[in-house]
Amino acid sequence: MKKLQKADYIKMYSFMLKIRRFEERAAQLYGMGKIGGFCHLYIGQEAVVVGILMTIDKNDSVVTTYRDHGHMIARGLDPKRIMAELTGREDGYSAGKGGSMHMFSKENNFYGGHGIVGAQVPIGTGIAFTHKYNGEKNICRTYIGDGAMNNGQVFEAFNLAALWKLPVLYIIENNKYGMGTSVDRAAAGLDLYKRGEAFGIPGEKVDGMNVFSVIEAADKAGKYVREGNGPYIIEVQTYRYRGHSMSDPAKYRTKEELDNYKQTDPIEIVKAEILKKKIATNDEIEKINKDTLEEIKNAAEFATNSPFPKDSELYTDVYL
Amino acid sequence: MSTEILMPALSPTMTEGNLSKWLIKKGDTVKAGDLIAEIETDKATMEVEAVDEGVVLDLLFKEGEANIPVNQVIAIIGDPNEKVEVKKEAPIEKVIEEKKIEKNIETKIENKKADIIDTPSPKIEEDRNLSSEEITMRQALRDTMAEEMRKDNKVFILGEEVAEYQGAYKVTQGLLQEFGKERVLDTPISEHGFTGLAVGAAFKGLRPILEFMTFNFSMQAIDQIINSAAKTLYMSGGQINCPIVFRGPNGAAAQVAAQHSQDFSSWYSQVPGLKVIAPSTPYNAKGLLRSAISDPNPIIFLENEILYGLKGPVNNDINFSIPIGKANIEKEGKDLTIVTYSIMLQKSKEAALRLKEEYNLDAEIIDLQTLRPLDTETILNSVKKTNRLITVEESWPFGSVGSEIANIVQRDAFDYLDSPVIKVNSADVPMPYALSLEKLYLPQVDDIINAAKKVSYIK
Repeated sequence: MKKLQKADYIKMYSFMLKIRRFEERAAQLYGMGKIGGFCHLYIGQEAVVVGILMTIDKNDSVVTTYRDHGHMIARGLDPKRIMAELTGREDGYSAGKGGSMHMFSKENNFYGGHGIVGAQVPIGTGIAFTHKYNGEKNICRTYIGDGAMNNGQVFEAFNLAALWKLPVLYIIENNKYGMGTSVDRAAAGLDLYKRGEAFGIPGEKVDGMNVFSVIEAADKAGKYVREGNGPYIIEVQTYRYRGHSMSDPAKYRTKEELDNYKQTDPIEIVKAEILKKKIATNDEIEKINKDTLEEIKNAAEFATNSPFPKDSELYTDVYL
Repeated sequence: MSTEILMPALSPTMTEGNLSKWLIKKGDTVKAGDLIAEIETDKATMEVEAVDEGVVLDLLFKEGEANIPVNQVIAIIGDPNEKVEVKKEAPIEKVIEEKKIEKNIETKIENKKADIIDTPSPKIEEDRNLSSEEITMRQALRDTMAEEMRKDNKVFILGEEVAEYQGAYKVTQGLLQEFGKERVLDTPISEHGFTGLAVGAAFKGLRPILEFMTFNFSMQAIDQIINSAAKTLYMSGGQINCPIVFRGPNGAAAQVAAQHSQDFSSWYSQVPGLKVIAPSTPYNAKGLLRSAISDPNPIIFLENEILYGLKGPVNNDINFSIPIGKANIEKEGKDLTIVTYSIMLQKSKEAALRLKEEYNLDAEIIDLQTLRPLDTETILNSVKKTNRLITVEESWPFGSVGSEIANIVQRDAFDYLDSPVIKVNSADVPMPYALSLEKLYLPQVDDIINAAKKVSYIK
């Protein structure tokens, strides 16, 4: 496994915290009517994307679902501009035309943000195809929700990726519910990571509440893919604390279940490790907390003060 | 008792074939199931088996003879003691079932031939680089893809049977041999998956040409075409474009019935973010496909299976292109305007000839070439001159390309119209299988003539 430096621990903690604070603020802005439409929060799942982040090259590509805010933050994108997209303003990553579910940053190899369940899977496979076609050593990380694992095009993509040995790492974020339907009510066979077996794609299941487990699995899988062996599947067991979207009261699960997961909160796990290893003191952690809160507050302020797109923007970007 | 062996129809659109090789000789005894000949069709070279048994009494064509019509007698088998005489010239009558309905419909072969009038338009003849040699539409498409692949190694082609098989309709013939399997990729029958993959590759900077074996199968992938390819530039605030060409045959072929005969021109033309092109001749197929491959946007390139064999001159300059969004005035006229595209151009030209002969009406024919963006200027200018408009297309009537043209013309040239616009479309039903019903379903020359008479108030 990748040897973690002291700075890595701080980086993990900061990123996970930044995602959490960002999402809490987004929820607040949504409640205030500043953010419209659909808004899917990542709270509880932070260890997944941050764990993967620790193992990647910045020239690797990434494509994900509509639950994408955390992914963008982990990619190192500016929370101000992410929030400005949520508020539909001209400084947003998609100039206010994409919204929560459709955000992109080509210069950072972040290819969305896709609103159609499963659609990002062939697309990510195609981005991996391009890496191979161009003779690059990079890989494409393609995130898949558990709900999409019952969608036909996912298996078409698996077949193509295995057939053509494409450098794509599939990461199933199994947060237990596709909208309000639990995985066991949607999937015949609960081991989603085994669903590549018929294509010869190796898979493995990982505890997604623990960032160290995610790093270990992602490191191994990333190497396998980068060495030209074809695709690999990681199923990360995680949990979203909030409902599917802002309008979901999450009545389909019990409070006990939620509380149970909160006992293994991914951010608390990293914090405990930092203190145990004496990487930082309580005061230093407190400073990170304060700075993060401040950064996100500023992002919210920026996002609510950024102008709406000009009316003339309605007709731009239809064709290049 | 002797049996005649006829030139078989080996594909829905085959009207004639070449005898590449005899696998039997005079005097041989053949049993049912024995291979007797290799026949080259419009799509492939195939072996033909004997269905009847006997001794080969005569072979009526030599190896290498070309353009032998379907149902022509090519060999005789039977009892060697029996005397038989067959004249090679004698055409074999159509099957009895077809004879029964002969009064109502033309024969299948005549019907297909009538579809294609391949005189080049006056404009094309003005092209100083026009080739003296005529090539088929499929060759024109193939050559253009090869030329663009030579220029830019980011261009690659994928689809079902495009590589080893050389294309289900031979449009990609030879590309695998020239460019290799990294750039000419056979896909599984997995439209949703490989379309999404190609869209992802285009987002990342490659320039895929994706062949749908027919556009009917694009429905399996339509989410990726519309939600991903067409919308991402907009949704990303202009960051991520999708330079991809979706191409393949669209619309009816010959008796392939409802699920394989759909026209998608108005479906795709409805979508902002897509450009939609429908070539009608080898000449414009070449110029338009080149523009499509070099365009930074997703393109729907609607070919037509029956037109693949259409021959015509082309411009062989490897940089020759026809701009997207520009219609071609195929024939100038003063009495009425016919706006059409794709295969219906051929029927419209035939209708125009008869309108002149029989009713002294001088029709102007506009071949749209591009459906989106629509060249409204050319249409409006023509209507302002002729004051009468009919639209002719293979698509279903509801919300067709003609519907939009009728809307634009009534809005922008209302005062110029001397009669209501009339649309000629296919019947508003799924495509039937039966030859007689298929003909009724599709717009025919008579339908165009009737519409032209109506807008001209001729009884």
